[in-house]
Amino acid sequence: MTNNRSWIPYLLILPSVAFLGLLFVVPLVQTIWLAMSDNGMPSLANAERMVNDINFARSVRNTFLLTIVVVPVQLCIALVMGTLVAKVGRGRETILWIWTIPLGISDLAAGLVWLSILQNTGYFNSALFGLGIIERQASWLSYQTPVALFLAIAIAEIWRGTAIVMVIIVAGLNQVPKEFREAAEIFGAGPWTRFWRITLPLIRPALQSALILRTVLAFEVFAVVYALGGRNFPVLVGEAYYWQNQNQNYGVAAAYAVLIMIISLAATLVYLKAIKVDPERLP
Amino acid sequence: MSSQAMTAQTTTDTNTAGFVSSRRWLLWSGIAALCAWVLVPIYLVALGALGGRQGVYQWPKTGLPTGISIDPFLLFLRTEGVVQSFLNSLGAAGITVALSIILGAPAGYALARYNFHGKDSYRLLVLLTRAFPLAILALPLTVSFIRLGLYDTIVGVGLIHTVLALPFAALVTQGIFLGVPKELEEAAWVFGCTRVQAFFKVVVPLALPGIVATAVFAFVISWNEVFAASVLTVRNRTLTAYLLTVLSESPMHYRFAGGLMLILPSVVFIFAVRRYLFAIWGISSK
Repeated sequence: MTNNRSWIPYLLILPSVAFLGLLFVVPLVQTIWLAMSDNGMPSLANAERMVNDINFARSVRNTFLLTIVVVPVQLCIALVMGTLVAKVGRGRETILWIWTIPLGISDLAAGLVWLSILQNTGYFNSALFGLGIIERQASWLSYQTPVALFLAIAIAEIWRGTAIVMVIIVAGLNQVPKEFREAAEIFGAGPWTRFWRITLPLIRPALQSALILRTVLAFEVFAVVYALGGRNFPVLVGEAYYWQNQNQNYGVAAAYAVLIMIISLAATLVYLKAIKVDPERLP
Repeated sequence: MSSQAMTAQTTTDTNTAGFVSSRRWLLWSGIAALCAWVLVPIYLVALGALGGRQGVYQWPKTGLPTGISIDPFLLFLRTEGVVQSFLNSLGAAGITVALSIILGAPAGYALARYNFHGKDSYRLLVLLTRAFPLAILALPLTVSFIRLGLYDTIVGVGLIHTVLALPFAALVTQGIFLGVPKELEEAAWVFGCTRVQAFFKVVVPLALPGIVATAVFAFVISWNEVFAASVLTVRNRTLTAYLLTVLSESPMHYRFAGGLMLILPSVVFIFAVRRYLFAIWGISSK
């Protein structure tokens, strides 16, 4: 716009820049310094203490396993939801609303919801008992049943976290022009070909941002794990929480935080590289 | 496929119609199954919250709403700390909403209406926050917040929650302001409005529904956040932080009541903004 008012946009963004500088950039630097120092001197003592902790290897493994299982499943369910709802005329709004409900549910609440189903006298055991599969109450959430506990946490995460992926995917699908699909149909492409060759490449930007968002959130998993399994299933953020609150050791907690940041950044970079979004070819 | 096209097909070719209706049936059973997948667990935790102590130990459970009443939930509400933490959660979420709109909407307007040096760097800063697990940043803030007297206060929790909501608010309001035609604003200038007047008389009324939807999202982000709230508070806990700390000592039906209490407001809010959900995420995922 006019040149003599060129200071206006800077005035408008200044408050948010100052805020993010104070409460995002400064704590970020502080975290890195806390993790990499010991009594004010640069040191790797915190990192060493973290790596040698008994729960470290398990928490790394558990967090990665959860992410690798949960994120692809969520993406598949979201794509199925998007494809199904595209075929619906009336009732579309209601269906989409029901599917987005978990978007408003916290991970803690999701853990408590699935606790009510999977606890010893819960609905899952009742159903299995009713079908004659088990005779006594089975326990699924103890440290003696690590696989069942893992599955329980994964199911709760899939239940809660799919909504956000679905919303982004459906928003992406809405932007695909109908003509593209119709043209492909005229040229004789079947539904599968159309999905793989037309729809999927066209919603790349949505896929990319959904995957980045969900993967970063998956590495942050904590409350759902705590609600279902307590400390029986250590994860990275959970360990950071215990070092901070129980052990009052801010250095090791910060070391965990730095590790989680490095993993999240690496995952983001991988997605940015792997799913190339060419701005010229967007519809 | 439109319904008219389908009726046309039914009259001409019964075989195709049978095929179409079986596909139709498949489609709707898939949709119904996915709806049940979302709704049934919420129904079950509500049963748990309203069933009280007897409900928890009833075996085997039928899944039918027998023996439920509002009393166990009211009893949970009267437990020490519950109402206070509920109010704390509301307070923190209110601060988050106010700050993220006050700081985010001007930035969104600048991104939508002006070209300026550093615009791309600013967008990068905003997008960068997305690659970081932001709640983790509460860890070093403990020390500075103690020094500033913000530790264990609702304002402190609101501040860190604003870090989560602000980038989102800036990006989404940018899209909302882009949707308000520039010509309308310019017409107001021609008719003698100052820029500020034009903004408040022309742009704000048109952008208001979208801004309200953004505010609701900021609310939900704060309401649901567990980690930062738990790290930064001791006595003035938010509802999520309170539930997390008392979890291991609470009886089962209290846990379910807490879960239900966390879920209900969010569900209502998502319902209120359902029309804007997809527009908002269409914008913010660009």
